[in-house]
Amino acid sequence: MPSPTERKDLAATAKMKEVMGKYYMELMRGREERRKTAWCTSVGPAELLRAMGFNVYFPENHGAMLGATRMATDLIPLANARGFSPDVCSYLTSDIGSYLKGESPFQKMKMPGPPRADCLVYNTNQCRDVKDWFQFYAREWGVPCLGIHTPRAIGELDDSIIEAVARQTEALVKPLQEVAGTKLDPARLKETLDLARRCTVLWKAVLDTAANVPAPITFFDDTIQMGPAVVLRGHPDAIAYYEVLLAELQSRVAGKVPAVEGERFRIYWEGMPIWGKLRDLATQFAALRACVVASTYCNSWVFEDLDPSDPFRSMARAYSNLFICRSEDYKEKYLERMMARFKVDGVLYHDAKTCPNNSNNRYQMPQRLQQKTGKPYLVVNGDLNDLRLYSEEQARTNVEAFVEQLAQG
Amino acid sequence: MPYFCGVDIGASAAKLVIIDESGRIVAKSLRRSGVDYADVAERCLAEALSAAGLERGQLAASVSTGYGRDNVPWADARRTEIACHGQGAWFHFRGKMTVIDIGAQDSKVIHLDDDGRRTGFKMNRKCAAGTGSFLEEIALRLDLPVSALNGLAERSTKEVTLGSFCTVFTATEILARIRAGEKVEDIVKGAFRSVVKRILEMDTVDGALVMTGGVVAHNPLLVTLVAEAFGRQALVPPEPQHVGAFGAALAARERAQEGKQLC
Ligand code: SF4
Repeated sequence: MPSPTERKDLAATAKMKEVMGKYYMELMRGREERRKTAWCTSVGPAELLRAMGFNVYFPENHGAMLGATRMATDLIPLANARGFSPDVCSYLTSDIGSYLKGESPFQKMKMPGPPRADCLVYNTNQCRDVKDWFQFYAREWGVPCLGIHTPRAIGELDDSIIEAVARQTEALVKPLQEVAGTKLDPARLKETLDLARRCTVLWKAVLDTAANVPAPITFFDDTIQMGPAVVLRGHPDAIAYYEVLLAELQSRVAGKVPAVEGERFRIYWEGMPIWGKLRDLATQFAALRACVVASTYCNSWVFEDLDPSDPFRSMARAYSNLFICRSEDYKEKYLERMMARFKVDGVLYHDAKTCPNNSNNRYQMPQRLQQKTGKPYLVVNGDLNDLRLYSEEQARTNVEAFVEQLAQG
Repeated sequence: MPYFCGVDIGASAAKLVIIDESGRIVAKSLRRSGVDYADVAERCLAEALSAAGLERGQLAASVSTGYGRDNVPWADARRTEIACHGQGAWFHFRGKMTVIDIGAQDSKVIHLDDDGRRTGFKMNRKCAAGTGSFLEEIALRLDLPVSALNGLAERSTKEVTLGSFCTVFTATEILARIRAGEKVEDIVKGAFRSVVKRILEMDTVDGALVMTGGVVAHNPLLVTLVAEAFGRQALVPPEPQHVGAFGAALAARERAQEGKQLC
């Protein structure tokens, strides 16, 4: 029997690295090939940009790479010193620090760094920081910064909200055409939406395999496997990849092959990943034979609402249906459903200091859900990228003590 | 007769307890943790064994806890200090309770139900406020030995409020108080109250209030102030600084007697 801490790599990962490598190469060749580059927030109008022939680049992906490689630690202070508070999004501060220092994980892939934008397109559905982040580069390079302002804390997603967001999305077409120098082809938009929907439905199926006991995949694997769903939605490569990954996971399920050997407990991860500590945490949970089976974070790239027959309204619905911009009541019901679906024994809330938007322990959610479901919770204080805000020792003891508590039966 | 050992390697002090089958403490030891946890554990063990007149072979099982729990090569199992403080407190006071442990580097609030099962816990954030290191810093700033704080604070006649969350800012606030001519004993009591406030905002208390840890052992006034703040009596078990080690020894006894597997 393999030791519990042995990492069980998925065979599909090699193919994912190929797919991601190809995406980055295409991104870098954009300028030579006279394609314009648009920066896009993770749940910005990527489908529209792709349909218009833009090279679509997602700086949050770069932010996560800066966190995972722990380069962020040296880069964040550079942005702090230039007026970005240590309390604002550490994706923003690490990315701007990386720009200021001219150092990026892309360089290890023999690429000069993030591609320069011809325009930056945000959606405030997740937070205001993305707009501030993009505006920095817009000022720096003298390029347009466009965006969609989505309401926050949405209870019922009614027609008036969808209409407003759809109109804002449609209004982007004209200025984007000016940057791209081409007209939007409605047929291509429909086709892109169809591809994006298929990609995200497959991604959901991948995540849902973890509802099986034992789970064939962990949250820590998900954070690696989500790459194509984030940067390549609307591209056939993402679909091809998730078909391969799903088949591998289905065969694990059929053979009852667990991601965590001897799975004793199942835990839900609520909040941002702690990018620089994912490997350590994955090892610790595996050693405790506890599997972190699911997360809201990785499920945030599932857009079942996309509909090629109603492009702008369906994009508006998909972008506004996002967990992060919903009301506390909606979030509570969502989490309750997820806890049941993934048969979890407890919930870990990551309170990320620089991302209040994605820290859902701050308004009594853990207490309410524990009362409702009887499932215990743990809050870990930390951050997505800024490891100055993370105490290794406290987190280790907290996790161990939480698993001890679950083991009481 | 078999004996059981619990060793708690904390951030600042290492504590060791040997108990007999009835749970009676037959020997204990205490040293600064230093930088070599394996070595300090060994020394604590040797000291306690010799005090009790026991041989190593008479220990049926040993459990380690605390920051250095992974660094005790002879421990048969390890448990977190959260589990051990809970178990140690439960031995002395049965029933639903909230255990507040104030340690050198961290404070913990542990909830136990009527059957002694843990229903939740919290540790302080990544910050020294509300812990022993806060008081150490204040002592340093006032040029006093830490051991003098409790006696001084007990003589205080006036409330001095220190309002900051942050240890460093509090130290600056203290400078301002000294400049304003406040008496040292009032400032020290203000620092005690600041620790209490940090504890108060960590969590609520259900059932009996039990306090453990080195800071509690050396500063009885802090216990009085915590009790006052929560509006209920505070229970302090015997040997409050050794409760974690005692809980570990109880876990060792369970392990030996019931063959219970601990991670
Ligand atoms: S949602 Fe949080 S992590 Fe993401 S960009 Fe906004 S502040 Fe940063």
